[in-house]
Amino acid sequence: MVRVRGLVTRFGTHTVHEGLDLDVKRGEIIGVVGGSGTGKSVLLRAIVGLLRPDEGQIEVFGQNVIDTSQEDYRRLRRRWGVMFQDGALFSSLTVRQNVEAPMREQLDISDTLRETLAAIKVRMVGLPENAMDNYPSELSGGMRKRAGFARAIALDPEIVFLDEPTAGLDPIGAAAFDNLIKQLQAALGLTVFLVTHDLDSLHAICDRVAVLAERKVLAVGTMDEMLDVDHPWVREYFHGPRARAATATVQSQGTH
Amino acid sequence: MNDVSSATRDDVDIDVDGKRVALSGRLVIAAVDRLMSDRADVIPGDVTSIDIGGLSQIDTAGAWFLVDQQNRSSGQALTIEGASPAQDQLIETVRQNLAPSEDADPVRKTISDNLESFGQRVVDAWRNAVALISFLGQIMATMGGIVIRPRRLRLTSLVHHCQETGLNAVPIVALMAFLIGVVLAFQGSAQLRQFGAEVFVVDLIAISILRELGILLTAIIVAGRSGSAFTAAIGSMKMREEIDAMRTLGLDPVTILVVPRVLALMLMLPALGFIADIAGLFGGAMMSWIELGVSPAVFQSRLVSNTDVWHFGVGMIKAPFFALIIGVIGCYQGMLVGGNAESLGRQTSASVVLSIFMVIVMDALFSIFFAIVGV
Repeated sequence: MVRVRGLVTRFGTHTVHEGLDLDVKRGEIIGVVGGSGTGKSVLLRAIVGLLRPDEGQIEVFGQNVIDTSQEDYRRLRRRWGVMFQDGALFSSLTVRQNVEAPMREQLDISDTLRETLAAIKVRMVGLPENAMDNYPSELSGGMRKRAGFARAIALDPEIVFLDEPTAGLDPIGAAAFDNLIKQLQAALGLTVFLVTHDLDSLHAICDRVAVLAERKVLAVGTMDEMLDVDHPWVREYFHGPRARAATATVQSQGTH
Repeated sequence: MNDVSSATRDDVDIDVDGKRVALSGRLVIAAVDRLMSDRADVIPGDVTSIDIGGLSQIDTAGAWFLVDQQNRSSGQALTIEGASPAQDQLIETVRQNLAPSEDADPVRKTISDNLESFGQRVVDAWRNAVALISFLGQIMATMGGIVIRPRRLRLTSLVHHCQETGLNAVPIVALMAFLIGVVLAFQGSAQLRQFGAEVFVVDLIAISILRELGILLTAIIVAGRSGSAFTAAIGSMKMREEIDAMRTLGLDPVTILVVPRVLALMLMLPALGFIADIAGLFGGAMMSWIELGVSPAVFQSRLVSNTDVWHFGVGMIKAPFFALIIGVIGCYQGMLVGGNAESLGRQTSASVVLSIFMVIVMDALFSIFFAIVGV
């Protein structure tokens, strides 16, 4: 689905990525982890074409993202959904209008159909009925994230990019959101590209994990494979006290 | 999901065979929209099963379409056959999340509702006025505290705002006043020439610029330039909870943010008004010379001998009051900004409109006051 080859991004003299390679397969949930400032969000922004890398190739659905015509880019954009860290909802629109916005722009469909579908999407992400006509500033952080997710899946995309979906949520809310991602991934046949710090969500939902460090993808594999990687940062990350707690939870759940 | 063998365009074929309907193609949103707009009953009413085994792709809209068909056929059960596990799951997810079908009628507004909302607006406006006045009082009290203990004044911040609101506004204010002087001389001379009273153009220019236009137009420009900047700056700090952070750290936002801005404006507006007066007179003199042949020397002597110095005084007295209005309203509207970007824009424009309006109201009050005092 996504193929990144030899990606180089620099901000001034500061190099964020140097020769980064990454593949995302159809139908999987891939989690991208890394310390602060290793360019996880930058990678996401580069893949969806918000940021022009200095060198390298990025292909989504086998199509080049970087040097593509406006027309092709528009078509590409219809096939993916992006959810930003705090939802990035349009603050002047209600939740319903936010979800309808991409449909209104990209599709030429009747009003009733659009409203019905938007209502389904909002309910799918588990927002209560009365949140529909609220403005983003009236919602809690968790609800904003859900609404952002609803907007990301508004066009039935094939792949969704989620930037730290569980950051800033309480453990219960985060677990619920993990569940939601898993459920919708199965129901809609999504591929999910997940930037996260949350070890619990890595354990709970990710099929594969990619570790970003030293300006490239250091290791890719399942959670179990990650535990065996011999690199100081990766060891620290997956064997630290928090990681052990997360692993323990998963194992105890597994034995039940 | 992406088996594009059957049809690459978004369309479905419907084969009706007795009580069975077979769908093939791609049942995606565009196709659903077309089906919906063509006819209300795409699937005949007596059909008992829909076979979707031939569909190569189905999305949420497609799933909704199928569920909707099932819900419509209230008479007999309509079954959906041939769905792959993934399609089945999607249809089930959509079914669970279907909004309840009751349509709430829009509530009609009665006269008493309108009255109530009108009353609410009046009360809101009153509360707003009270809050604004109490904000003014708070600023006054803080300024009083600063007079007693001058060390509490943020001097760096004050100087910075003096530069922002004062020095940087000089070019635009001077240009504006110069052009006003030119326009006055031009228009005035055309009228006065009819009476052969061209020389009175000096009085016209001097009085109108010194007494009213110089300071009023300067205040309006400053309201648009600095008042809006105050609202935007304080508003965005409010939005990012910086103001709350200040309060928890024991820092008073009024002392740190509001007083330096208001004080800077009160110092700078008279200076800007003075510059506007000079530029306006200069423009008027130049135009009188070109248009009427009133030489600068005549202009000057007539200006000095015929114009009471109080005309200038009246203009200058008004300046600090205008500055106070602009500064207080600008900062107060900034404090009202809520959590979203839209409220920042709304308060900024409200700040400019309100402060210009209040400046003009104040100007009218001053006119009455000076008329009574007899200056």
